[in-house]
Amino acid sequence: MTDQDKILSEVTQGEYKYGFFSDIETDIIDRGLSEDVIRIISEKKNEPDFMLEFRLNAYRKWLKMKMPNWAYLKVPPIDFQDISYYAAPRKKPQYESLDEVDPELLETFNKLGIPLEEQKHLAGVAVDAVLDSVSVKTTFREVLAEQGIIFCSFSDALQNHPDLVRKYLGQSVPVADNFFAALNSAVFSDGSFCYIPKGVRCPMELSTYFRINSANTGQFERTLIIADDDSYVSYLEGCTAPMRDENQLHAAVVEIIALDRAEVKYSTVQNWYPGDKNGKGGIYNFVTKRGVCRGVSSKISWTQVETGSAITWKYPSCILLGDNSVGEFNSVAVTNNHQQADTGSKMIHIGKNTKSTIISKGISAGKSNNSYRGLVKVMPGATNSRNFSQCDSLLLNDTCGAHTFPYIEVGNKSSIVEHEATTSKIGEDQIFYCNQRGIDTEKAIGMIVNGYAKEVLNKLPMEFAVEAQKLLQISLEGSVG
Amino acid sequence: MLSIKDLYVSIDGNEILKGINLEVKPGEIHAIMGPNGSGKSTLANVLAGKEEFEVTQGEVTYMGEDLLEMAPEDRATSGLFLSFQYPVEIPGVPMVNFLKTAVNQHRIARGEKELTAGEFLKLMREKKEMIDMDTQLTNRSVNEGFSGGEKKKNEIFQMALLEPKLAILDETDSGLDIDALKTVAHGVNALKTPNNATIIITHYQRLLDYIIPDHVHVLYKGRMVKSGGRELALELEEKGYDWVKQENALQ
Ligand SMILES: Nc1ncnc2c1ncn2[C@@H]1O[C@H](COP(=O)(O)OP(=O)(O)OP(=O)(O)O)[C@@H](O)[C@H]1O
Ligand SMILES: [Mg+2]
Repeated sequence: MTDQDKILSEVTQGEYKYGFFSDIETDIIDRGLSEDVIRIISEKKNEPDFMLEFRLNAYRKWLKMKMPNWAYLKVPPIDFQDISYYAAPRKKPQYESLDEVDPELLETFNKLGIPLEEQKHLAGVAVDAVLDSVSVKTTFREVLAEQGIIFCSFSDALQNHPDLVRKYLGQSVPVADNFFAALNSAVFSDGSFCYIPKGVRCPMELSTYFRINSANTGQFERTLIIADDDSYVSYLEGCTAPMRDENQLHAAVVEIIALDRAEVKYSTVQNWYPGDKNGKGGIYNFVTKRGVCRGVSSKISWTQVETGSAITWKYPSCILLGDNSVGEFNSVAVTNNHQQADTGSKMIHIGKNTKSTIISKGISAGKSNNSYRGLVKVMPGATNSRNFSQCDSLLLNDTCGAHTFPYIEVGNKSSIVEHEATTSKIGEDQIFYCNQRGIDTEKAIGMIVNGYAKEVLNKLPMEFAVEAQKLLQISLEGSVG
Repeated sequence: MLSIKDLYVSIDGNEILKGINLEVKPGEIHAIMGPNGSGKSTLANVLAGKEEFEVTQGEVTYMGEDLLEMAPEDRATSGLFLSFQYPVEIPGVPMVNFLKTAVNQHRIARGEKELTAGEFLKLMREKKEMIDMDTQLTNRSVNEGFSGGEKKKNEIFQMALLEPKLAILDETDSGLDIDALKTVAHGVNALKTPNNATIIITHYQRLLDYIIPDHVHVLYKGRMVKSGGRELALELEEKGYDWVKQENALQ
């Protein structure tokens, strides 16, 4: 190994920066999964009957399903009976002010660099903070309520807007869509709900911070976003989790529905605990995210920066049902050490003149594996449709892997589908050039990687873009700070 | 300032430099000439700290320190600058960010305050004028899509920004048109002080009409086979390298 390689491997094997554990008292039910457990969850949450039926239906279907094995991932066996399916902060909080919030919780947010106190004042960002499985704090709800916007925890939505939930839940991601979506549908704990009424442009970015915080507690978040005719919303999701030895399962579902001429932007920065240098620990992240452009000329765009998790299995997708609807997927996925990611997108063109774009930037370091998997499917009736896909991979050394699995099906002659892919290795000459100008190797890699991912980072809302840039640097340079 | 003693360098087991000796004092300009493949760029890169070259013997002292022990970025921030024969492209990294980071890393190393964006832009404007640099170039990614001549000019622009103590210009003149050559030479001369030194690697006497060297050396097959004053360059121009080669064969 040359010295250059040594530096590269040193700086790319940094420890996880946000590793810590806070011990807010939690109320955990016994491990294991059965119809009884599901009934308990539903009862504890005081859910309407249709919700219990939904869960039980999903559970019965899940029992007959098998874990998918087609991804380019090595997944250790998961014992689904060894997981506790419900955890909630013991003191169900209903705070008037921050003074009443558990100081430990505030401390946790401080360590993450997202003090609620400041967030309140942060222009344009409402924060619905989810710790473990139950929402503990919702801000800006009133400001939003004036416009008729509903932004609350999923549980609250079930209490206060059951008809809306009932109408749209499972529309984008049917209960038996896949193994993990079925599991989520059966046991999901909480998450966010968002409804933008007709003709309303949401005046601020809506954001949610998720954290995993209880030992052996699987996380099953459920998010449902509905944008009614002619509305617009930009939604931000950011995650970071404490250092942990045991693996933790995370199987979230996000559903988006865009009606006529509505637009939804969904941005994610995912930074779950990736495991240590030797591949011990880390989150298993099996996520189903899907948006349906149900209305004409509607638009859904997914933007993600994925740096965390030991295993990532995630394909944010768009079903372009309405004529002239538009789907976008912009992704930066970083894998380091022993991380594995199999991620990409599905664009299903059903309506006429539908358009989709996929931009995927994979960055691999250490001994990690990073795969892009994408499906572009143009149905026979989706005449004059277009897709453009660009999938680039950047390798930081010779020990990591990058793979591309594009699947393309075009059902008519008037549509055009283009796919471009490149693989490049970070050049030692580029790093040396930076060194020669006084820039050390860590900074040089950060700069080059951010340059490479710029096209996607530029799609993020400003405040998120800065955070994401730092994150890219941290996840590759590690030891910094 | 720079003292090279009996330097041997190999790459992949091939010996490329075979006992180089060179003394550079503050205020001096040295020219190194020599046929293709003689090891000029190798010498420049070894001095800048490129890892893949292996120093098998010899020592290099720079400003009283063991240069070979220093990390490449520390060599840079202590004033050693290399104008690359083939500057690399770094797609996606804006010139302005790159240059600002470089300048500030130098300032941090000297214990000075970092420049703000405004201060940096002002500095950049000054230096651009000095070497007649196209304003548009700094809005692009580092060297990306630059023409051969633009890349060379960009190297001198960076040199102007970083104000090195010892600048090594590796064939900075090749690829420059005659006007650019003059402005580059003008820049090098303008940056000259009694405290800094320059090593110019070139194939052409022409550049030395504009930048007058104190010493001229001929590198051949990894050895400094001839040293002299300015007139040596003229002699080489007239007689070509065959003359040196023959003389070397006789020895
Ligand atoms: N990475 C490398 N691997 C193998 N050989 C190399 C490498 N780099 C340089 N060499 C060899 O070392 C010798 C000296 O090369 P160098 O680039 O120093 O020559 P130069 O004097 O700068 O030539 P020119 O005038 O053409 O620029 C050449 O024979 C070259 O092929
Ligand atoms: Mg050369």
